[in-house]
Amino acid sequence: MNIVACVKQVPDTEALIKVKADGSGIDEGGIKWVMNPYDEYGVEEALKLKEKNGGEVTIVSVGPARALETIRTALAMGAEKGIHISDPALDNADAYTTASALAAAIKELSPDIIFCGMRAIDDDAGQVGSILAELMGLPQVTVVTKLEVEGASAKATKAIEGGLVTYETSLPCVITAAKGLNEPRYASLPGIMKAKKKPVDVKDAAALGISAEPKAKVAKMTPPPERAPGKKIAGEEPAQKAAELVKLLREEAKVI
Amino acid sequence: MAKGIMVVAEQRDGAFRKVSFEIASAARKLADEAGEEVSAVVLGSGVEGIAGELGKYGVDTIYLADDPVFEKYTTEAYAAAVTKLVKEKDPAILLLAASVEGKDLSSRLVGSLATGMASDCTELRLEGGKLIATRPVYAGKAFAELEITGSPQMASLRPNVFPVVENAKAGAVEKFDAGVDASALKTKVADINKDTSGKVELTEATVIVSGGRGMKGPENYQILEELANVLGAAVGASRAAVDAGWRPQTDQVGQTGKVVSPNLYIACGISGAIQHLAGMGSSKYIVAINKDDEAPIFAKADYGIVDDLFKVVPEITTEVKKIL
Ligand SMILES: Cc1cc2nc3c(=O)[nH]c(=O)nc-3n(C[C@H](O)[C@H](O)[C@H](O)COP(=O)(O)OP(=O)(O)OC[C@H]3O[C@@H](n4cnc5c(N)ncnc54)[C@H](O)[C@@H]3O)c2cc1C
Repeated sequence: MNIVACVKQVPDTEALIKVKADGSGIDEGGIKWVMNPYDEYGVEEALKLKEKNGGEVTIVSVGPARALETIRTALAMGAEKGIHISDPALDNADAYTTASALAAAIKELSPDIIFCGMRAIDDDAGQVGSILAELMGLPQVTVVTKLEVEGASAKATKAIEGGLVTYETSLPCVITAAKGLNEPRYASLPGIMKAKKKPVDVKDAAALGISAEPKAKVAKMTPPPERAPGKKIAGEEPAQKAAELVKLLREEAKVI
Repeated sequence: MAKGIMVVAEQRDGAFRKVSFEIASAARKLADEAGEEVSAVVLGSGVEGIAGELGKYGVDTIYLADDPVFEKYTTEAYAAAVTKLVKEKDPAILLLAASVEGKDLSSRLVGSLATGMASDCTELRLEGGKLIATRPVYAGKAFAELEITGSPQMASLRPNVFPVVENAKAGAVEKFDAGVDASALKTKVADINKDTSGKVELTEATVIVSGGRGMKGPENYQILEELANVLGAAVGASRAAVDAGWRPQTDQVGQTGKVVSPNLYIACGISGAIQHLAGMGSSKYIVAINKDDEAPIFAKADYGIVDDLFKVVPEITTEVKKIL
């Protein structure tokens, strides 16, 4: 099978996010960069499919020079090769532009299946996988927690409000991965050594023939609104505190 | 020139989901400011009878495609229908719900309409006639205001955030031909497994009682279920509780779980890790019950009780029973 997994490098979930004083973005100083956790599920599923059916896994990422580390991480987990789409013009790329870049790079590979994370935990937009599927004219199943591939079709399950739904779709298709799909493996030491020699192709927007003109722009970033300081409910006995809480919820907050 | 605001309403099994009224109300508010009209798209099978309900929430015109192909949601059929209608009607703004279905559909439409979208917004306003959409980014550690330069200007709205406002308009139903050929679809629904336990869905709940590692074991969730029962609440969990196998993945609140914004979130035995806060930080009121006075959850809580949850929670249930 010819498998593609898209990855994005994002700040670690523990990272302290500081908005720049001019509101133009975040201060990247001191941030530890990691593979987007949802992309890890995508990479793992890609590797499992390859191990079962044979073939190869190509990792594709749009990102600045530092994103190469994340591609190497996926190669160390077991993928065969990488494509790094790196271009300063794409530094503030919106979802449509990012998906266009990915589509242009992936088309040449004619994959059987493409994995993305259900969303990236930096901009939290969750759009790229679907736009990519649309641009490539492929079916999609998003936020997948269970996948079975049989010949030229796949069954993919996702949680919806109040239940689970399973879609059956033909390959090639785009799957966006959610937590629950699998347990991503760690890169082994030999894996890390081997990854250094695996090929990574670097491409820019011109090479892919895409426009970097965004369709959505961040006009301003702000720190989150402050929450007013809360009250700790005083009292000796649990029953007393419980009664006071219920009274506050009823009379002050008016939420019960 | 593009004008008007279009919303994509969401129905399931022949009834509108509440979030549809939230987005219709939000659209009406913007339309009144701009002096424009609100239209809605309704897709489904056997839903002609309910389509007009949207008029009550400020929708002027409802475009309806009632066809067996729309009985169950598939990205392909729904995206094809909405794409066709949007290209014909050319709305300036297109709003969807950031529900499971809405997230899937809206992001596919960004591709088919070649535009931009602000996902999972918590606030919308107009500035010089242009949409400015505010949304949390970096798991709520920052907020971004987005401008959409593509057309239509798309936004998906976080459920439970925008108020439902009754504001009756004509709600005239107009059928349209979606032109979807069922036999050409590459995806079909193989199975739907409904949760019949009667559980309140987390993302739609107005009150959530959530338990973390401090619950110490799956059997102890019983005390949370009891409180949830009297409050009509849903029960959530931290990742620690899910990863321990005490609660299903679908109950997880947080950065790698569900994002919820109930009126009231009661966190029991949850420390308040940044990844958990990402999922519930936009709740209107937060209550924390934790025996550790220093737990970070207290910094986010409107009301905190420092005590043993096993003693406090049953007492809260007793107190609530007295008044409800
Ligand atoms: C990439 C990534 C993604 C993540 N995503 C999520 C996510 O989506 N959601 C999420 O929740 N976490 C997530 N986490 C995990 C997160 O970092 C924390 O580990 C987790 O939230 C801790 O859960 P907890 O608060 O239940 O447990 P703990 O941090 O162990 O806290 C338990 C709390 O219970 C209290 N307690 C114990 N006994 C009692 C008692 N008898 N009465 C009262 N209080 C008591 C303790 O004082 C303590 O504060 C993620 C982590 C990573 C790295």
